[in-house]
Amino acid sequence: MGTMTIITPFTPWASLAGGILIGLASVLLMRSLGRIMGATGILSGFLMPSSREDWAWRAALLAGMATAPVVMMIATGSMPAVQVPVSTAMLLVGGFLVGLGVFFGGGCTSGHGVCGMARLSPRSFVATLTFMIATGVTVFVVRHVVGG
Amino acid sequence: MSGLIRLITLYAIGLLFGIGIMLSGMANPAKVLNFFDVAGTWDPSLIFVMGGALITTLIGYRFVLPRSESAATPFFDTRFHLPTNRSIDAKLVGGSAVFGVGWGLAGFCPGGALPALGTGVPAVYIFTAALIAGLLVARFLAHRPFMRQPSGRAA
Repeated sequence: MGTMTIITPFTPWASLAGGILIGLASVLLMRSLGRIMGATGILSGFLMPSSREDWAWRAALLAGMATAPVVMMIATGSMPAVQVPVSTAMLLVGGFLVGLGVFFGGGCTSGHGVCGMARLSPRSFVATLTFMIATGVTVFVVRHVVGG
Repeated sequence: MSGLIRLITLYAIGLLFGIGIMLSGMANPAKVLNFFDVAGTWDPSLIFVMGGALITTLIGYRFVLPRSESAATPFFDTRFHLPTNRSIDAKLVGGSAVFGVGWGLAGFCPGGALPALGTGVPAVYIFTAALIAGLLVARFLAHRPFMRQPSGRAA
């Protein structure tokens, strides 16, 4: 499973600004539709919609998300960076495990980590703590045990 | 007409979320994996993403979430759709742990990958296809008799 390490610069201001926008979008979705801004839930409902109405708002939300890089490209002249330091096999295995895990865990970073924690949900605290530890251990094993 | 306004509003909210994700670095696996690599090429930026998003949502939800039943309704719906599942069980912990392993391998989480689809980078499509496969397999497994227990979705 090939990996390489790309050094990334520390970007506190861009990351803070991005985080605030993520938060604003979450608050606006709750105010407008009464829904949690969870990528997992939005995607699941888009793939397996309960009605046409239900599918339409998810499609609009996902279209907004996916056009963000294009809008940023037009506004700033450069596409935001997506640097992938892992092999295709790791993307495939990782992606499959993410899908499996978020289904049974009932959410991901946006749903549990932001919205659930903001609602002070004990379930989301447990989920977030669990996946943060699991991710940290996995990265350590991949980079310093297997690849070390 | 109101249906169109609703869809335009939701498109704008998705765009805002997507710009936030792209700006923050959550859609950049190199940055995400470096955040978790404390023992190596550590990049603490993601603390600011989580912090900024969480504090903004925490404050915003205080104004937006209903204090009591039937206090207020969302603009485009007759009620709030809040998760009702409160159980902290093996499914929650096991699922979250499996998610973490996948996130640690690939460097993408669902909220990072969906906006990144717009960059056209092939790796995002490979990850998203595998993510969808995982979701579908999980759904199939969940409908088998041995897995059938009351459960709810948090997000």
